[in-house]
Amino acid sequence: MAEFVMPTLGSDMTEGTLVEWKKKLGDRVVKGDIIAEVDTEKAAIEIESFHTGVIEQLLAKPGERIPVGTVMAIIREVGTQATPAIQAPASPPPLQKVSPKEPVSPPPPPPPPMTAAVTEPGRLRISPAARKLASELGVDPAFVQGTGPGGAITLDDIQRSANARGERHEAGGQQPSAPLTTGPTPLASAGEGGDRQARMRQTIAAAMARSKREIPHYYLSTTIDMGRAMTWLKEENIKRPVTDRLLYGVLLIKAVALALRQVPELNALWKENAAIQSPAIHVGVAVSLRQGGLIAPAIHDTDKRSLGDLMSSFQDVVKRARAGTLRSSELSDPTITVTSLGEQGVETVFGVIYPPQVALVGFGKVVERPWVIEGQVVSRPVVTASLSADHRVTDGHRGGVFLSAIDRLLQEPGQL
Amino acid sequence: MGKITYREAVRAGLREALQSNPRVFLMGEDVGKYGGTYACSKGFLDEFGPERIRDTPLSESTFVGAGIGAALGGMRPIVEVMTVNFSLLALDQIVNNAATIRHMSGGQFSIPLVVRMATGAGRQVAAQHSHSLEGWYAHIPGITVLAPATVTDARGMLLAALQEPDPVFIFEHAYLYPLEGELDESALPVDLTQAAVRRAGTNISLITFGGSLWKALEAADQLFHEGISAEVVDLRILRPLDISTVLASVRKTHRAVVIDEGWRTGSFAAEVSAQIMEVAFYDLDGPVARICSVEVPIPYPKHLEDAALPQPEKIVQAVHSLMGR
Repeated sequence: MAEFVMPTLGSDMTEGTLVEWKKKLGDRVVKGDIIAEVDTEKAAIEIESFHTGVIEQLLAKPGERIPVGTVMAIIREVGTQATPAIQAPASPPPLQKVSPKEPVSPPPPPPPPMTAAVTEPGRLRISPAARKLASELGVDPAFVQGTGPGGAITLDDIQRSANARGERHEAGGQQPSAPLTTGPTPLASAGEGGDRQARMRQTIAAAMARSKREIPHYYLSTTIDMGRAMTWLKEENIKRPVTDRLLYGVLLIKAVALALRQVPELNALWKENAAIQSPAIHVGVAVSLRQGGLIAPAIHDTDKRSLGDLMSSFQDVVKRARAGTLRSSELSDPTITVTSLGEQGVETVFGVIYPPQVALVGFGKVVERPWVIEGQVVSRPVVTASLSADHRVTDGHRGGVFLSAIDRLLQEPGQL
Repeated sequence: MGKITYREAVRAGLREALQSNPRVFLMGEDVGKYGGTYACSKGFLDEFGPERIRDTPLSESTFVGAGIGAALGGMRPIVEVMTVNFSLLALDQIVNNAATIRHMSGGQFSIPLVVRMATGAGRQVAAQHSHSLEGWYAHIPGITVLAPATVTDARGMLLAALQEPDPVFIFEHAYLYPLEGELDESALPVDLTQAAVRRAGTNISLITFGGSLWKALEAADQLFHEGISAEVVDLRILRPLDISTVLASVRKTHRAVVIDEGWRTGSFAAEVSAQIMEVAFYDLDGPVARICSVEVPIPYPKHLEDAALPQPEKIVQAVHSLMGR
């Protein structure tokens, strides 16, 4: 029997609203099937099943706000016995929290460290009193930085946040965060455009503030001769049907993915004071949304895809990001972010890393510049590639190796 | 009245009791000729005579049982047991007789017995004389358990105990006997219902009793210099526990450290901590912390004994940790 839980779709997500079940009781699901649609602060996301089996129980109801980690459904895996039904608990909130199993006979306890940081991922570390005060003051604790033991949010933190909001409000600044409501919330109110936008802004604010607070960034940039790449692209596109033509951005994404194979330290997530390298390379591509804000969904296994495949995947995620139909894994899986601001004429990007990632690569506009080749000044298309990297994980030397690897890869576009 | 030692306070209470009520008598090992192991009854044999100041054989079960019998027979015995470690020999008399007779006789009989004993470590007298088992006694319904920490309570609680119709156990922390304090006449007679706030504060509650009170107060002093205002609550009465004073403090400070010289597992601190969590969960701004003795027989060498016991530094550290410092 497997539990289908509310996944975390971003480092700052604490809960989601179930929009609808895509499967019914008794339906067979295969790993990867879309099983539910969930509304988060950023977008409506389709959630995939991690298990293959039969839906035995649906514990959450559409419209409910559900904390990350909460069991939403039970999937009986193929080949296992049906289990007695879990008593559907009375609402609200009709959900069980996932908890680690108790050891049968605990060893004699050494005095526990007083503030062991053993909070489950995705669960907010907040004192009971602070949670209560937050609810009274209408402060959303997900956006409050904790200063208590192990980073726990305390009464003072909530009070400070409420005061700061009051000041902003008086100064006629930003809208305050939406009042924290408890229990099931009708989706209609959560889905309204203005509200969604304000919440997206707050989500970005929280992630970026955390990044700049916690991550010691270093920045490197290099200018890359794009002459060969642009020439190759032009010739390649002539061979392709119009619908399959490639954009140069796809070359950049692929080059980043392949360069990560050479410098895998940058393809990592920072978890509990250590960087964990990811065996797979999932490049997140920053997509700006028309109504404001941005989202960076993953193109899975970027390094293994052909350029054509990458192009169609890229177009697909951009389209779905803007339509609000991204999949959960696309939001939670990126191992690095690539952002390109060339369309706006930007030459160099100084990016802010999206935690828990440890690096971000930025590309500017491809521009014609005087370039010296074998003593001759010639006009060449060039692009500035920049790296923002977490100095806890890598040093400038490795960052430089990475940028020059991108450069080398772009000199042989046919191999990409 | 001015400053007196804890020992003098106990002696003053005993003398007052013996003088004011002819049915009061003192019984125990070495209380007569020797004047008491801790000299609390020095000179009493001459003053009150062998009928009322009775040396007993080295048999705790016998003389505590005799005390129960005397109480049943209408006397007001005060039984001194040398240390809480030795009182274990009398547990059968205490748990099965003293604590149950009112209940089992349907309220026809009561045992107005007072038992005093020394508890606690810190004097390098090794494991068989140093344990703090008052938490065990607090587990037993049918008795009252007192832990006087001040000279006022040392004197006043004895007199109040002699007004109780049921058995009262008084735990005197042996480390306190030579310490001096200011006797607060205005606090007499003491009441046996309420814990006492010994120092008011706003940031954190240090909840303790007995010998640890002074360590908590010392820690509060240090914290004060760092700008942390600690409130110190002296439980005084372990059974029946006055949890309302504790809760009022925690509701004000939102943080609590419970300091108890007993071993951590199953300690009285565990009980206090659980009650705070049960009733004041939503007032807590951090987990309740406990400072207890290390779970070893209390060692003889001074450095090891010190390391095994709650100390002001450990309390300060726990507070820092709770305050995120």
